[in-house]
Amino acid sequence: MPGDPREGRIVVVGASLAGLRAAETLREEGFTGSLTVVGDEPHPPYDRPPLSKQVLLGTAAADATGLPMRREADAEWRLGVRATGLDPLGKRVLLADGDSLPYDRLLIATGTRARPWPHPEQAALDGVFTLRTREDAGILAERLAAGPRRVLVIGAGFTGSEIASACRERGVEVTVAERGPGPLVGALGGTLAKLAAGMQRAHGVDLRCGVTVTALRGRNGRFTGADLSDGSRVDADLCVVALGALRNVEWLADAGLAAGPHGVACDAGCRAFTMYGIVTDDVFVAGDVSRFPHPLFEYQMLSLEHWGNAVAQAEVAAHNMVSPGPLRRPHLTVPVFWSSQFGFTIKSVGVPAFSDQVTIAQGTLAERRLVAVYGYRGRVTAAVTLDMAKWLEHYRTLIETAAPFPPGPGAAGGRPLVTDFPIPSDVPDARGLSHGPTVALTGHLPDRRLTVVRSAG
Amino acid sequence: MAVDTLLERITDYASRPDPYPLYAELREAGVARQTDGSYLVGTYYDIVALLHDPRLSSDRRNRAAPHRDPDVEKEEQQRPSFIRLDDPEHHRLRSMAMRPFGPPHSPGRIDAIRDEITRITGELVESLPGRGRIDVVDDFAYPLPVTVICRLLGVPREDEPVFREWSATIVDSLDIRPGEDPGEREAAGRRARERMGRYLVDLAERRRGRPGDDMLTAFVNDPGPYGEFSREELAATATLLLVAGHETTVNLITNGVLTLLRHPDQLDLLRRDPGLLPGAVEELLRYEPPVHMLQRTPLTRLDIAGTTVPEGVPVVLVPASGSRDPKRFRDPDRFDLTRTDNQHLGFGSGIHLCYGAPLARLEAQAALGALSPRLATATLLEDPPPYRHSAVLRGPRHLPVEL
Amino acid sequence: MRIVVDLTRCQAYAQCVFLAPQVFELHGEEVLLYRPDVPEEQLDRVRQAIAACPVQAILAGEEVNADAR
Repeated sequence: MPGDPREGRIVVVGASLAGLRAAETLREEGFTGSLTVVGDEPHPPYDRPPLSKQVLLGTAAADATGLPMRREADAEWRLGVRATGLDPLGKRVLLADGDSLPYDRLLIATGTRARPWPHPEQAALDGVFTLRTREDAGILAERLAAGPRRVLVIGAGFTGSEIASACRERGVEVTVAERGPGPLVGALGGTLAKLAAGMQRAHGVDLRCGVTVTALRGRNGRFTGADLSDGSRVDADLCVVALGALRNVEWLADAGLAAGPHGVACDAGCRAFTMYGIVTDDVFVAGDVSRFPHPLFEYQMLSLEHWGNAVAQAEVAAHNMVSPGPLRRPHLTVPVFWSSQFGFTIKSVGVPAFSDQVTIAQGTLAERRLVAVYGYRGRVTAAVTLDMAKWLEHYRTLIETAAPFPPGPGAAGGRPLVTDFPIPSDVPDARGLSHGPTVALTGHLPDRRLTVVRSAG
Repeated sequence: MAVDTLLERITDYASRPDPYPLYAELREAGVARQTDGSYLVGTYYDIVALLHDPRLSSDRRNRAAPHRDPDVEKEEQQRPSFIRLDDPEHHRLRSMAMRPFGPPHSPGRIDAIRDEITRITGELVESLPGRGRIDVVDDFAYPLPVTVICRLLGVPREDEPVFREWSATIVDSLDIRPGEDPGEREAAGRRARERMGRYLVDLAERRRGRPGDDMLTAFVNDPGPYGEFSREELAATATLLLVAGHETTVNLITNGVLTLLRHPDQLDLLRRDPGLLPGAVEELLRYEPPVHMLQRTPLTRLDIAGTTVPEGVPVVLVPASGSRDPKRFRDPDRFDLTRTDNQHLGFGSGIHLCYGAPLARLEAQAALGALSPRLATATLLEDPPPYRHSAVLRGPRHLPVEL
Repeated sequence: MRIVVDLTRCQAYAQCVFLAPQVFELHGEEVLLYRPDVPEEQLDRVRQAIAACPVQAILAGEEVNADAR
């Protein structure tokens, strides 16, 4: 690329956490050219985690979670307009309002959206919601405040579980339906899923596992309940569909990039791959929409929906967008995730799904304070803490250094050694779950396996 | 096996005024066995890692001979306070102690005492002479935290002469003095803890069944989910809170006055913009912290920064050195109260992070805020001032200043 | 002022809760909830909380003003 990388035109598509942090970092790193940030929502960047917590509890307004800027990004914000296409040859982003934005370098940070209920007529019933945006949270909080008789949550992933927790805290009856064997099982495996199930039931959640919702029922356009695959029926006033997320990649359909259901594949430096597996040098990816290779997990492509990853990857992408090749950095952060529900904080480091065994290294299931450590073929690959977040750092180091599993002796509740011997971590195939896990290993290939088609002429 | 005398040199009383060059040497030297068989760690990232490492115990009973206190069986009768315990006992006792002091049960307790701290501070500043010689320690930095912790715990302020000597003996027993048999100091410390414990438990027992907003009253009348303290637990906990509640804050405030007087440009900045106070106290905690060393014991053989450390030996972490580590802090030996990247180790880190940190912060902010207008024309009469003996809880014994 | 707590960094030391209990709240032992929009009268306390955070996880600033340009 000719000229100083700190000059020229940069377009960031996506105006949420990753887009904002990238814009700030570009300026911090000395980018002096023109910067445009495109967002399909009409709002300035806002924080999403509080939407399923403070906002549903009614302690923060839905429109109060605007993200603070670290510094003035000096950008043109094109908010409320969707990017509809990308012309990588002409180097233009096409917008829904007919406009197009020329760029020298592009950052794709379009994130995800909630996976909708698959039957549009049923999804359209009044009282059926998904939770992803500020508007979703605002109306759901309003309906919860009105005191529904019962809420049905479909999917017991992190979002579904947090919604159920908020309902119980507000004194609202809630039924959770999950196709898999337990809540959070896709992210944490079977052992901790049992603990999570116990927590939900102890807080009065009517938890139904191993069932699917076959139909949402309504009367006069209002949601009234659902049929379950076990033949039972749940009567409820509200339904929250928490089936995981879909990557916002449709606008890239004709861009020739390695973009698919798991996101847009990029290299360790956040540069997007084309569908032929060739790395670009002017299109970068960051945040939930990205898939990137990670050396700690056999260089498989990771797909993460983590707050911390959006920040870290946006910073690396922004740095690399304005730095000459040898000064570029890899995005190697170990994934860290948190969730708060039923009065507990669950934190995870590494990729628990990348494991064959798990052991309790500190605390106990009975105390509901513990550190679970996950191993894969004899090395530590992940740890999950339940109300023991202060220890997490130690296990990150074990993961980073590929320490042997099970980990050695420690101050585990005053006991000198590991408490339980390892048992299978029991992570099911994500395809059998209602909830999409927020972390997924998606293989080594940047795109679907291509077949060479020779034209018959 | 490499053997080093750094611990001897650091703890030598002659090093008290300025241990920082020795800390630089320590960071350079790496982790090495000291003459007394302990290991010394002074680099930021290693200290942070070790404070979050479950293989290191805070419980001295995990020490192996010859580092084991010969009277350790007596320790069994005198329960250690939570600062010297590991989870889950540490967690249970700290949570019980936290119940009347902070979140989740009493989130507003410290915020509610702000005005009282300001009033006490104001009265102390008022009582200082308009001009002439004062001792910052005796006239200001000591009475403030003593008054506040007495008020919070529910200890009569006029009993200060009763517990002053016990407190000094306990602090003395916590010091590290290689080459000296600790037996006598530790025995004296144990006796002092026993007396103070009995005194505090008696105070608490007299409050049983009576209303009151102090912590001793809460300890005996409002047990939480973990139940009630045993008599021994209450003695150990209340003793810890009373001693730690003032012996460290007095150093923080005195170090603060001394450091500001040594850096008139920074004092000037602070006087002009009191909004800098919170950051100034953080910088003090980095630059001249009241607690310099923390002791731990490995439960297993450990690799620390390339050195193999055996099980059961004392590992002495020097957070005061870590907070001056140039690999973590830009220009670490510069006192800069506008510093923003300041993740210092002044209160430690991990599960044992200082219980009273919020209180110490508010007291130091109030003290330096109220005193700094008077410091503009003040001069240090002795620099360096005479120091207390302890290398662990380091601070001036007196700080004579001419107003 | 808007704040966001980087809960990836947060280790539940709760120093912010002590110093600004109207803005930060602990649910159970480690769940930190907070008001992202800081009321005017809490600004000083929140600044103290930001300075005191042992892991420097609290970020404060203004929201993006999309009309500024």
